Amino acid sequence: MELIRVEEVSFAYLPGKLVLDRVTLRFDHRSTAIIGQNGAGKTTLVKLMKGLLKPFDGEILIGDLSVKKVTAASLAKRIGLVFQNPNDQIFKGNVLEEVMFGLLNIGVEREEARVRAIRALEMVELEGKRDMNPHDLSLSQKKLVSIAAVVAMDPEIIIFDEPTIAQDHAGKERIKEIIRYLDEKGKMVMTIIHDMDFVAECFERTVVMNRGRVLLDGPTREVFSREEVLKEAYLELPTVAQLSKRLGLSETFLTPKEFIAHLEGRIKG
Amino acid sequence: MKKVMVEHLKYRYPGTEKLALDDVSFEVEEGELIGIVGRNLSGKSTLAQAIVGLVPHFYRGAYGGKVIVDGIEVLHSTVSDISRKAGIVFQNPFTQVTGSKLTVYEEVAFGLENLGVPRSEMMERIDEALTLLGIYDFRHANPFDLSGGQMQRMAIASIIAMRPEVIILDEPTSQLDPQGTEEVFLAVQRLSREGMTVLLIEHKLEKVARYADKVLWLDEGKVMAYDSPSKVFSRDDLEEHGLAAPIYTQICKALKLKSPDGETYPVTLEGAYEVLKRWN
Ligand SMILES: Nc1ncnc2c1ncn2[C@@H]1O[C@H](COP(=O)(O)OP(=O)(O)OP(=O)(O)O)[C@@H](O)[C@H]1O
Ligand SMILES: Nc1ncnc2c1ncn2[C@@H]1O[C@H](COP(=O)(O)OP(=O)(O)OP(=O)(O)O)[C@@H](O)[C@H]1O
Ligand SMILES: [Mg+2]
Ligand SMILES: [Mg+2]
Repeated sequence: MELIRVEEVSFAYLPGKLVLDRVTLRFDHRSTAIIGQNGAGKTTLVKLMKGLLKPFDGEILIGDLSVKKVTAASLAKRIGLVFQNPNDQIFKGNVLEEVMFGLLNIGVEREEARVRAIRALEMVELEGKRDMNPHDLSLSQKKLVSIAAVVAMDPEIIIFDEPTIAQDHAGKERIKEIIRYLDEKGKMVMTIIHDMDFVAECFERTVVMNRGRVLLDGPTREVFSREEVLKEAYLELPTVAQLSKRLGLSETFLTPKEFIAHLEGRIKG
Repeated sequence: MKKVMVEHLKYRYPGTEKLALDDVSFEVEEGELIGIVGRNLSGKSTLAQAIVGLVPHFYRGAYGGKVIVDGIEVLHSTVSDISRKAGIVFQNPFTQVTGSKLTVYEEVAFGLENLGVPRSEMMERIDEALTLLGIYDFRHANPFDLSGGQMQRMAIASIIAMRPEVIILDEPTSQLDPQGTEEVFLAVQRLSREGMTVLLIEHKLEKVARYADKVLWLDEGKVMAYDSPSKVFSRDDLEEHGLAAPIYTQICKALKLKSPDGETYPVTLEGAYEVLKRWN
């Protein structure tokens, strides 16, 4: 089933400067990474899906709803977006209220909102900070709070815009787990990210954007076997793939685990 | 010549109980490129702010020990005096933007005006910095209309244009595309070779291993190590303290293949290639 249809969408912030140029993309349940150079139009694309911007040409459908024709509130139940800059998303003076805010907005009862917000904060391991002012948190913690706020709303489609900014190793692993958990629950997870190792490990499908257009789209392993195209989009191979290429291997490895298993075979054999 | 000297630095933010920096000591030679690593909340940004004097002059709090930058002691200097020697690119580029300038160009010019750089030289330096960071085409754009990565590029350009003796970059590539990240590392490497002293806070350890002369590893406000990338990233206690070794190192470690020195593991692509090629 197609969850999102982006049909021939064009967009410009300023007259004459197309930021998206007739983009067509269909999304099913597969977890999907959106990658591409700075300024390629990734954030703009997901803001359009979320109804925060209006395409000047083309159409976007979330399920059978045309984004043009529905209110932001009715979209909010179906599609959640974690902003690139957490400061754009934080309104409240305390962490718990912050995570409850979206839930209350879509009409969830206060008591239930509270329970769901606490559960989401536990998921990002920030339950202990619930009474703090979100603005006093570190950047990595703010980002986790905004992830919790969106996950708590339990939409069908969840979009993360650069979730790993400022995260250390443990934070990245936690976000990987959240993505896997949501994926297993049947959610559609879409993630804009510049960390190619993360992409290789977590996403079934990868879409490469370049100057407002889709340059490449396919299963992640196939996308990472096209180095020339990636270069054109200011991207690089995942670290293991760089190493396997340096060693002259023709296979495209995606994770250290795969690669180690392959080499162990050779060393023993 | 020692450009940065930190001696037994201890610091606690006002209203908190834990030391954010706990007896930190290290020295940096002129022109060195130092990678500062450590898990979240380990004290990296606090140390960066202590070098430019925002700790303690702006944040206040309890302070002990000494920080000397290019011969002046931070505690006894003003933030404005220190800013003539050391520039900082903040962790979140959104906090770096002045908010009062209408174009990217004016934004980058701002710091130079404060330094009193002559107009013609100013223009030259701005063009150079904008080109270096790949945002020359956006010079007339409003800073708040930039994409996240473009804004981060602008923040770096603003500081590089000022050509400080010491530059501290706090996770400058967190929102950059892979090529942009590589370009920033190459640019700071070039600046360090030209004599600028560079301190770079970064979670991308593969890049730190490739470009840093030395690695300063912090945990819970304490120095865990200050040594070459291969020594630091070969340690067995990284995971225990929330750090994952570079992927090259993880692979060689899993295969029990050490570098030719017999002590450390490879930390870079080339290092890993050297020990793995015979299995090919
Ligand atoms: N509010 C705005 N007004 C004018 N131009 C804008 C605005 N927001 C973004 N742009 C421009 O639109 C283009 C696409 O921006 P967008 O934020 O979608 O890029 P992105 O792919 O998310 O980049 P990044 O990886 O840096 O986050 C950029 O060139 C940017 O300068
Ligand atoms: N303005 C502040 N007021 C009070 N405590 C602070 C402040 N800024 C940081 N801290 C505390 O100081 C300690 C060190 O934080 P710091 O921001 O220096 O860590 P960091 O290594 O830069 O972390 P990150 O990787 O998340 O950026 C933490 O315990 C943090 O909570
Ligand atoms: Mg973006
Ligand atoms: Mg920090």
